[in-house]
Amino acid sequence: MADTRQPPPGAAQGAPPGGEDEDRAGALGPPRWLSLVFLLPALLFLGAYMVYPILFSVYRSLWDAAGTEFVWFDNYVKMFSSPGTFIALRNNAVWLVVAPIVVTVAGLIFAVLTERIKWATAFKLIVFMPMAVSFLASGVIFRLVYEQDPERGLANAVITTVQDTVSPAGAYPDARPREEGDLPAAPGGGYEVPEQVSAGETVAIGLVGVAPEDLPGDAAPAAVPQPGGPDEITGTVWLDFTPGGGGEEGAVDPEERGLPGMEVQLVSDGQVEATAGAEPDGSFVFEDVGSGPYTVQLSERNFTPPYAGVSWLGPTLVTPAIIGAYLWVWAGFAMVLIAAGLAAIPRDALEAARVDGATEWQVFRRVTVPLLSPVLMVVFVTLMIYVLKIFDLVFVIAPGSVQADANVLALEMWRVAFGINDQGLGSALAVFLLLLVIPAMIFQIRRFRREES
Amino acid sequence: MSDDAATTEAPPAAGGGPETGSDGAPRRTVASRLVGALGSGLVQLLLVLIALFWLVPTLGLFVSSLRSPADNASSGWWTALLQPAQLTMDNYAKLLENAVFTGSFLNTILITVPSTLLIVVIAALAAYAFAWLEFPGRDWLFLGVVGLLVVPLQVALVPIAQLYGGLGIYGSIAGVVLFHVGFGLPFAIFLLRNFFAAIPRDLLEAARMDGGKEFTIFRRVILPLGGPAIASLTIFQFLWVWNDLLVALVFADAANQPMTKALQAEMRQFGANIDIISSGAFISMLVPLVVFFAFQRYFVQGVMAGAVK
Repeated sequence: MADTRQPPPGAAQGAPPGGEDEDRAGALGPPRWLSLVFLLPALLFLGAYMVYPILFSVYRSLWDAAGTEFVWFDNYVKMFSSPGTFIALRNNAVWLVVAPIVVTVAGLIFAVLTERIKWATAFKLIVFMPMAVSFLASGVIFRLVYEQDPERGLANAVITTVQDTVSPAGAYPDARPREEGDLPAAPGGGYEVPEQVSAGETVAIGLVGVAPEDLPGDAAPAAVPQPGGPDEITGTVWLDFTPGGGGEEGAVDPEERGLPGMEVQLVSDGQVEATAGAEPDGSFVFEDVGSGPYTVQLSERNFTPPYAGVSWLGPTLVTPAIIGAYLWVWAGFAMVLIAAGLAAIPRDALEAARVDGATEWQVFRRVTVPLLSPVLMVVFVTLMIYVLKIFDLVFVIAPGSVQADANVLALEMWRVAFGINDQGLGSALAVFLLLLVIPAMIFQIRRFRREES
Repeated sequence: MSDDAATTEAPPAAGGGPETGSDGAPRRTVASRLVGALGSGLVQLLLVLIALFWLVPTLGLFVSSLRSPADNASSGWWTALLQPAQLTMDNYAKLLENAVFTGSFLNTILITVPSTLLIVVIAALAAYAFAWLEFPGRDWLFLGVVGLLVVPLQVALVPIAQLYGGLGIYGSIAGVVLFHVGFGLPFAIFLLRNFFAAIPRDLLEAARMDGGKEFTIFRRVILPLGGPAIASLTIFQFLWVWNDLLVALVFADAANQPMTKALQAEMRQFGANIDIISSGAFISMLVPLVVFFAFQRYFVQGVMAGAVK
């Protein structure tokens, strides 16, 4: 079924040449030595670049780093016991379990959904496109996507935009009291004024830590706190810092500005009784307050730092992040193969199920997927083989500092054999990779023989 | 990629008994049509979002390559969509003056073209033998080739590096080319042999009857009929070698490195070299993209034939 080649013009159906009894080497057939002429270049290459290297790698893996001492299976023991290679093995296992499934499922979903739309060809071209470009280019593309700074990396820009809509960042993330003791931390976060206040009193709350250029544009010279009416509590929250020096700490000086929009709360017995926002000059008023006494606090919301985004390429998330890039590259491959399989499903089978009253989901689950299973298997096994050998994407996307955390077998093999020049361990890793693909090799040979017969 | 648009008729969402086309269609049908239309709208929306998810990262690379390093360091590429004045060709101009990069571009061509030609010629000869010549052990030998399809190239890095060291071609373009030929052959033979084998026997017998020599038959009958498969293989191999990083990393020295290796070296200082990396990566993508869009049918066929490689 993966065999979607166009038959040559006029190709007769079902006339495979191999394995027929008829003797073609008869009078008309070419002499046998001629086969060798046709085959020789290929056999030389296959011998030199595949057969010999396999044998040599097995042999070399039994020798030490420099190749001077025969060490039996020490390299294989080292492979499973050294922490570096162990991380590579573990990551490869994660890759193998997650990536083929995710890509196959995505391909299946895309193939099914595009069956119904008019611009299916355009969609398939777009999703398939990454298959044509190098892993290096895809890696560069995703390094940009995963850039940590939300100002620059697309993934974090999207996430922080959503996050900031849900819980907006405070206006003054860096504001703080001049001394630790001036304003103790409030129980619910933020800062509280140590002395309790009652109606008719005023509070002055001076903060520092806000750079003058970070002040809101409407910040006006701070108002000196003025007592309000008998049932009011008033005050000023301002930036207690005179640019260029001077000024008195704890007092509102002429050069100093208010902190507009600062959210001030009146708390009694742990309950927030009233909330006020500071004016451009930093003044605020609580009207109609009860007898009190109250605690005045600056709510935590003022100081919420902006969401810094997800550390995609940090040690914990780097492998899932690279698997995301892998999905981006390979989904088109799975989609196109599965779509070809879908197109080959007889419409009658689907129609019959629908006439029998099956819902679309039942048709998909009970008819489509079973009929597709050979194709899904081929896609899945192919992806497993490529995932085992994954190298470029990890090498390019993982920054140097986390490359050890993102390590995979093929990368470790390269690092060991050509970075630290331990060709014994490097050969052992290569042989191990070869052993891992042997089941796929058997699957492949079986499938081929079945198709031939 | 066949266009299946012909079968876009939305199936009934529920039940879906045969419609009796009488006056006053039953309510259920109207409702189910509504559900169907709504569902189709949702599917369209979902697919648009997915397509954006695939397009936007590439657009990001392209726009980044058109911005100065200072702009890239201070704000996201998407801001350039609102301030097109940021866009500049400076990175590309700088890249074209960078001898390391222009040299690596040339090396990529010097590696890719001979590799592709050699693979296609050698594989076509062998595939013809496997498909149409009789010799002892033919089927077993071909099974061997099928088995070699999945061999990871890591297994050859150490042995061939030692071999090249002995031969004195370690680091050379020839070494990289020959390695690609060796590892490209199993797939190439596999693909062409299956295609050649489907050519009708009568055509070959007739040519042999006319006294054609095998090489003549190969040239006059097999190659023209095998055109589509050879085109698929050529395009697939061309892109495969063009995009390779690992083989170049091991076997090409600094003077002979292709673009992928040259760009990879810049990645160690990703932030500082973003101007070279983004514009260089985009240039390295251009040829594959042009080939892909021009010959997408052949490329897709090549990739699909490579399933379980």
